[in-house]
Amino acid sequence: MNWITNYVRPRINSIFSRREVPENLWHKCDECGSMLFHRELADNLNVCTECDHHMAITPRARFKGLFDGGIFAEIDVPEPTADPLHFRDQKKYPDRMRSAQKSTGEKEAMLVATGEIGRTPIVAAAQDFSFMGGSMGMYVGNAIIAAAEKAVELKRPLVLFSAAGGARMQEGILSLMQMPRTTVAVQMLKEAGLPYIVVLTHPTTGGVTASYAMLGDVHISEPNALICFAGPRVIEQTIREKLPEGFQRAEYLLDHGMLDRVTKRTEMREELITITRMLMNQPPAVKGDLPAPEPEVEEETTAKTTVDEAAKE
Amino acid sequence: MTQYLDFEKPLAEIEGKAEELRAMARANEEMDVAEEAAALDAKAASLLEDLYKDLTPWRKCQVARHPERPHCKDYIDALFTDYTPLAGDRNFADDHAVMGGLARFDGQPVVVIGHEKGTDTKSRIERNFGMARPEGYRKAIRLMEMAGRFGLPVITLVDTPGAYPGKGAEERGQSEAIARSTEMCLKIGVPLVSVIIGEGGSGGAVAFATANRVAMLEHSVYSVISPEGCASILWKDAEKMREAAEALRLTAQDLHKLGVADRVIVEPKGGAHRDRVAAVTSVGHMIEAMLGELKDMDGDALVADRRKKFLDMGSKGLAA
Ligand SMILES: [Zn+2]
Repeated sequence: MNWITNYVRPRINSIFSRREVPENLWHKCDECGSMLFHRELADNLNVCTECDHHMAITPRARFKGLFDGGIFAEIDVPEPTADPLHFRDQKKYPDRMRSAQKSTGEKEAMLVATGEIGRTPIVAAAQDFSFMGGSMGMYVGNAIIAAAEKAVELKRPLVLFSAAGGARMQEGILSLMQMPRTTVAVQMLKEAGLPYIVVLTHPTTGGVTASYAMLGDVHISEPNALICFAGPRVIEQTIREKLPEGFQRAEYLLDHGMLDRVTKRTEMREELITITRMLMNQPPAVKGDLPAPEPEVEEETTAKTTVDEAAKE
Repeated sequence: MTQYLDFEKPLAEIEGKAEELRAMARANEEMDVAEEAAALDAKAASLLEDLYKDLTPWRKCQVARHPERPHCKDYIDALFTDYTPLAGDRNFADDHAVMGGLARFDGQPVVVIGHEKGTDTKSRIERNFGMARPEGYRKAIRLMEMAGRFGLPVITLVDTPGAYPGKGAEERGQSEAIARSTEMCLKIGVPLVSVIIGEGGSGGAVAFATANRVAMLEHSVYSVISPEGCASILWKDAEKMREAAEALRLTAQDLHKLGVADRVIVEPKGGAHRDRVAAVTSVGHMIEAMLGELKDMDGDALVADRRKKFLDMGSKGLAA
């Protein structure tokens, strides 16, 4: 194991990648209209402190709140061919990609990482709705396959946070082919006897729901998340009637047997620890926020020095 | 009487004229129109050839949706013997948009499954225009699982605008049913071959077409979204379906280049609907050939072949 890649680099990343946010920034909740202090909102994982509305959260912010000490090591995802169809609508696909990369600071719509939650080693993958609607193309497919392969290699559970409008149309049929590709990834986990937990977040729709998001051992959703194959607008146009209140929302799906649980984001980490430890036949976890895992003994001194030096700069 | 598509209008005029002439000749024995009618026929034939030589992607969509195109039921009736439909998902209902059952193909017992769109108003409604509900996928899952246990090859015929966007379909887990159907396709240790005979509409098609071998009829299409749907999202104008069809690369020829379709089946001149017998026969030969390629592989090899095929898919883009 290379400790610089696996331990020090992520730590340095987490120190330097924090975006500078002015202390006095306020954010208005779109649900209840409350003005929320930015830092307080971030500390509450973007859940409104007044009305519990779950706002979007980036994979990086989610992982920071999820992993012990906010420390995780990103897994490299094999790069697919860029713009495989030379797709152009009103804009060229590469231009859309570049503007998504610029606005999110991310390379693509999924982040994969290893780390520990309550001292339970896991692999986690999270889809980024802010990156072209989280859409599933070759990269997202590669990311899920890489996550599954890493989980099998390390014998760890995979926790996947889904969020997507569906398949990435700009990759045409190749985006559709991610349905069978990611299904193969899920099969690898199942054959290796490893838990696959899906956390469905707002929104999870289309081909994503009809593949890896609905094949978990356990399906947990965040409150009020929209989860569907066909969206409510399309259905209303087809059947020409108004849909009932709460249709296709997490609680509705729970009632219709499609989910195991609906859990608040602020309680998700504890729940994931409890569930993964039971499925992995491990003793109950020590509860609460835990510091980052210590690096391996023989590397301890050097690693600490490097981190301290990095922190000083 | 053929139903003409909008781009076939000039053809309809010529063929109409020839027909008119012949009708006049039948009414008046002294008229000799043979030569003139034959000239019109020749003109029509050459125009037909021109029209179909280089169909645009949108025109291909229109041909793929042609109401007289051979449908799943036609292929099953013609190519299989002892077809014994098996109904129901053992949970909720039988979905008439999905045909499926036991049959013999060239004497060999198989399971055949496909989307059926219907041929007239009554049957179209009964078949829900080929748009399956969760029960359809769950019936398919049940049949594929059974095929796997009894060592029967599975043949799927894909022809669907997509999964049905309805309230009940969503409540009963459309997504989960499609995901499980794709999963079952990947799991079974028997040969699985698929032919896209008309429209391969999105997830509803993948759920059956995750196969060892996928063939497409020359003018069939297979896409992540309909051109109209794509146009209304990306162009904010559903009328831009021609542009969307172009951009999506949904033709059999492009999908063959992308490695999604293993084979392209040549259609009779002017499309499968102009010579249904020839089209059905070609599909039969292709199924036979594809099953032949797989017949010496054992269950594990078939599963491994399918996995590798899909894991490797798309790695080279259009250069594949
Ligand atoms: Zn609020």
